[in-house]
Amino acid sequence: MLNRKRNFSAFLFCVPALVILAVFVYLPLIENIIFSFQSFTLSSRTRTFVGLANYKNLFTDPIIAQSLINNVLYAVISIVMQVGFGLVLAAVLEDIVFRKTESFFRTIFFIPTLLSMTVVCLLFEFVYNPQMGLLNSFLELIGLEEAAQIWLGNSDLAMMCVIMVSQWQSYGYITMLFIVAIQKIPSDLYEAAIVDGAGKIRRFISITCPMVRQMFFVTMVTTVVGAFTVFNEPYILTGGGPGTATMVLSLHMYQTGFVKNQMGYASTIAMLIFIITAALSSIQFFSFGKEKEGDR
Amino acid sequence: MIKKNYIIPRSISGILVFLFLCILVFLIVYPLFWILISSFKDYQGIYQDVWGLPDAWHFENYLRAWDRGISQYFVNSVIVTIATLIGVVFVASAASFGIVQIRGRLGNIIFLITMCCMLLSPQVCVLPLFMLLRAFGLNDSYFAMIFPYIAFRLPISIMLIRSFFVGISKELEEAAIIDGASLWKIFTKIYVPLSKPIISTVVIMTVYYAWNEFMFATILVDSSSLRTIPVGLMVFRDGLMTEWGVVMAGMVISCIPLITIYLIMSKSFIRGLTAGSVKG
Repeated sequence: MLNRKRNFSAFLFCVPALVILAVFVYLPLIENIIFSFQSFTLSSRTRTFVGLANYKNLFTDPIIAQSLINNVLYAVISIVMQVGFGLVLAAVLEDIVFRKTESFFRTIFFIPTLLSMTVVCLLFEFVYNPQMGLLNSFLELIGLEEAAQIWLGNSDLAMMCVIMVSQWQSYGYITMLFIVAIQKIPSDLYEAAIVDGAGKIRRFISITCPMVRQMFFVTMVTTVVGAFTVFNEPYILTGGGPGTATMVLSLHMYQTGFVKNQMGYASTIAMLIFIITAALSSIQFFSFGKEKEGDR
Repeated sequence: MIKKNYIIPRSISGILVFLFLCILVFLIVYPLFWILISSFKDYQGIYQDVWGLPDAWHFENYLRAWDRGISQYFVNSVIVTIATLIGVVFVASAASFGIVQIRGRLGNIIFLITMCCMLLSPQVCVLPLFMLLRAFGLNDSYFAMIFPYIAFRLPISIMLIRSFFVGISKELEEAAIIDGASLWKIFTKIYVPLSKPIISTVVIMTVYYAWNEFMFATILVDSSSLRTIPVGLMVFRDGLMTEWGVVMAGMVISCIPLITIYLIMSKSFIRGLTAGSVKG
């Protein structure tokens, strides 16, 4: 009896969190599922049930295909530049050769993480600006005038330019995560390897990589999920243009809902994002449980 | 075998790698330095001499930026950040305490309910949230940002605080129970004071998130007097077409708070921002 009373008062501590999550996370999710089968505008009082029409639309909408291609490109480049390069960079910085300078380098590499996406994007507008931009001015300076471009106005280059902004901002953060992981590796592993005559590259492949595999996995999932939900960079830098060259899923969702005023179809696009990202993060979620039990 | 450590490595490959790292540093530092320098220039100064130092230092750019709206955005950001912070710390630590204290399966179920939210990206909820906040009549208030921010920061904060609470030794608590202390007393007098390290981690994560958040702030809030700095800067840019120096002054102002915190306590800042991923 006493136990039940105690349990009840302990439960009361959870109530605020449960209410906030129910109202602002679970309720919108459920509503979104319902909306995705309906057709309505921002101002309409009634919503018409349209069945699977919105979902059929997904398959015929050319912008969805374009967005998916861009999101996948975003993911691939982010994996190579952030996870791959970040791991190598972390290993290099943790190498004994850089003991004196390591903290300086990583402090600098971490700075872009602190800036808001708006600041970073506005900065890169100045970098990419065709008239006075840093990039074109630099090309001119080293005598490569003909390589100068209207970076964000060229539909072949715009997506790459947008992706590079994210890489510039985020690789230092991923590197920092790997540094934290590498510092947890027991140093006697490396000492034993040195005694056995293993070189630096060998040690990286045989000790560092396997020992940080959990962090590798985490960063992989976070960057890929980030790539499929990216919104700020294309929204600020290009608004999806030129044409639909830099359109991504969440930007398409936003424009369908708030610009074209098709809230039902926009919710369906949100469902597509939900399915992709929830699938990706649940891989991480469930494999974590296993890893943790395995550790003990 | 003790090798001396040089600042610049003494092998060819070491020097090459060192040079490469220096290039990376340059690629990060130079654009930021350029912003800082250009924020003291006028339009002509930026346009005609992109690389150079300003001929005349236009300190008034900062005053103009502040007067032309940054002050309002700054205050809004401070209000939203502090409210989110208080909400997250209080609600998350209370919930973690409840989860730890509940005997039986219920605690685990509640924990699972909160953890499941981590699978959900904010992008998925933004349209219904917009409709919901409008239905509540909250869409033109600070709460349109504060509530979603708190909701989406809760799962990770609860995860971190709970795992810390689990490790707190039960002896003090049992002694307190014998003395007849209520759960509330145990929470405020034992758990919270012992948890300063993890709470400071949550504080840093939350401040970082709330200060820089862009998507919710731009979609969920209509009225221009409520804009936070990340959204306000966009308006600022559109409004001040060619007054680049002033825009850049605004950008610099918006970075000052986080950069200052980082420089003062970079260690705990880095721990705060990496904790979420490390603990999984």
